[in-house]
Amino acid sequence: MDFSDTKEEAAFREEVQGWIAENAPDYLFESLSTSGFGSTGTGDYDPLTEAKKWQKKKADAGWACIQWPKEYGGRGATPIESVIWGQEEGVYARLSGNFIIGQGMCAPTMMAFASEEHKQHYLPKLASGEEVWCQLFSEPHSGSDLAGLRTRAEKDGDDWVINGQKIWTSGAQHSDYGILITRTDPEVPKHRGLTMFFLDMKSEGIDIRPIKQSNGDSGFNEVYFDNVRIPDSQRLGGVGDGWKVALTTLMNERLAIGGSIATGFAEIKELVDELKIATGTAIDNPAVRSRLADWYAKSAGLKNTAARAISALSKGETPGPENSIGKLVAGGMMQDIAKFALDLQGLGGAIVDPEIQASSARLQGMLMRSPAVRIEGGTDQILRNIISERVLGLPEEMRADKGMPFSKIPKGG
Amino acid sequence: MVQDQISRFLRDKCDFSVFRSVLEGDEPYAEAVWRGLSEMGVQGSAISGDYGGVDAGYLTLCLAARELGAHLAPVPFSSSIYLAAEAISRYGSELQKETWLPKLAAGQVIGTLAVSESVLEPTSDSIATTFANGKLTGVKLIVPHGLVADVAIVLAKTDEGLSLVLTELENSKREKVDTVDPTMASATIEFSEVDAQVLGSAHDGWAAISDIYNRAAVLYAFEQIGGAEQALQMAVNYAKERFAFGRPIGSFQALKHMMADMYVALKLAESNCYYAAWALQNDTDDLDLAAATARVSATQAFQLCARDNIQVHGGMGFTWEFDCHLYYRRSNYLTLIIGGLSTWEDKLVYALPDVA
Repeated sequence: MDFSDTKEEAAFREEVQGWIAENAPDYLFESLSTSGFGSTGTGDYDPLTEAKKWQKKKADAGWACIQWPKEYGGRGATPIESVIWGQEEGVYARLSGNFIIGQGMCAPTMMAFASEEHKQHYLPKLASGEEVWCQLFSEPHSGSDLAGLRTRAEKDGDDWVINGQKIWTSGAQHSDYGILITRTDPEVPKHRGLTMFFLDMKSEGIDIRPIKQSNGDSGFNEVYFDNVRIPDSQRLGGVGDGWKVALTTLMNERLAIGGSIATGFAEIKELVDELKIATGTAIDNPAVRSRLADWYAKSAGLKNTAARAISALSKGETPGPENSIGKLVAGGMMQDIAKFALDLQGLGGAIVDPEIQASSARLQGMLMRSPAVRIEGGTDQILRNIISERVLGLPEEMRADKGMPFSKIPKGG
Repeated sequence: MVQDQISRFLRDKCDFSVFRSVLEGDEPYAEAVWRGLSEMGVQGSAISGDYGGVDAGYLTLCLAARELGAHLAPVPFSSSIYLAAEAISRYGSELQKETWLPKLAAGQVIGTLAVSESVLEPTSDSIATTFANGKLTGVKLIVPHGLVADVAIVLAKTDEGLSLVLTELENSKREKVDTVDPTMASATIEFSEVDAQVLGSAHDGWAAISDIYNRAAVLYAFEQIGGAEQALQMAVNYAKERFAFGRPIGSFQALKHMMADMYVALKLAESNCYYAAWALQNDTDDLDLAAATARVSATQAFQLCARDNIQVHGGMGFTWEFDCHLYYRRSNYLTLIIGGLSTWEDKLVYALPDVA
């Protein structure tokens, strides 16, 4: 494979650079660049308003969700062009945080399973950021064992009536729509009794409560459903086919997360180049260099793996479960890097005040946020199961509930 | 594809019985395998057509290296091609190239590179072998494939500083030196006032070694991922067949997750190797960084896969009879061959651009 731009790619890159130079919100450049880890710094401006403005501007000029077909609000661009766009959008891509779930996970599911009429109606507004979507999967009793979910959907005339609770729903509080997986038949084995829908998040009976996370932020929510009605026309896939539909979403989730994930390498490199420790500048210490080399080799490995996945995509191949390695490597690495960085600073490393700490305390933010990276969207352990079973072909986990009707599975507490 | 052809040939002619006959001292290297590779032109893959090579480029040589690594081929390929032929191609005079490259490309002659003089990692001021008035004197303690090589490129001290010199080995005393991987045919070579000539024109020998090592690092990295992949496959196969507690041991997460981590290390290294192969083929500005990155991650991957393959096999993995130690031996020798992991970690960090 080739790692440099072809003539066509170079021309496309130039076009992208030109449009971004002309149109990007450069008044946000400084605050976006110095954003604390995991937050979108927009200074005196409201982040969601600015995000929607930039997304709409891109959409109007044909630069939103560029890989989507034109009729759904995209540009019909190739995977390579999409990567080039991402590289050139650079720091302004930090504005897109609110749209990642909708555009990266809900949209591919809608494209695969929604009716043509619904696709034409919903996808363009999802691309342009006018409407925000969320994904309602995890529940208090089913995280890694997602197929053990309990939220019920019962048929009533042409509607389904939903009762139950979802958790860890990013962005639910400002979402207009969501995709929702429910249990429609508790009397069959757990994977076979599930059905997927999309719904209006302003429907009557929905109650959204933010979760205060261990790092003090609130990016996730609990969502309660009390007799919420969804028309049958908003069902995605067949009744009982929800697991198959969910796999489409989850495969895209691992791609969306793995492809763009931060590792913390840039931050640690910047720190050790300048930081003074007992033996002199940190980078002059062999132990520091050894760690740095290991992390660079890993982050380069992820970047080059992504480049190979994109190259495979552009040849029409489907990204496989091997892409699970992205988040697995990056999550642990980020946590190690943050811990190491603070350690080099001594007690001063404990300070999280962005006014005092270098780089807006990004490494401290990383320390406190990274435990979640190793859990969200598939825990490290689930990802290792996927790699060992689906890539290496090792025997499946022994499952105590195999073949058992959902209603008969022991539920513990 | 050339790679398939090499793979098929090695599968047929270079199974572990061949490795073991070299390991157990019946022959210093697998001569029949070496000849078979010459017949396919593998040694000449990246050597110019002007000097008897097949000019197929470095990408082809990288893929060949991967296959040789996968089969732990006990032949002097790496020393002769990644080290000696590269040194002559890059630094040799026209006459030296015309004399040696066609023979190296055809596998008629075996070459090597002699640097280490003690049990310490060599440095630019530790080299004691001298070259003066056309004569070479000194002892190289461990020379890979030194036992079977016909010609050596030697790092020596001259009045003008370090230089690479070329010498034929027929008049030098050599003795087998025991190492963790006896199939690498390592030797101690003693030069006492033997004839030698500067490789090409006057040059900085230490810088030349560094340049040759950077390029060789990419090729060794391909051997390392080839070996890592096979060691992982061996572990996976065994874990599917071996039962304990009434179930295949490969169904236990403790082992599944260990093998998943082996796969992750391999995948990262493989992607870095592909990038480095592209950098080598196109002689890009970031070759130093790309090579060090491939070398570091491939070393990690092969060491991890070889080590944990033994762990998956349990006690059987520690027997002479099982093949696990063959990967373990090779992985540990290859880690050290052009400088150990910490040396390459340093090279990587010093090659990083200022703004990451």
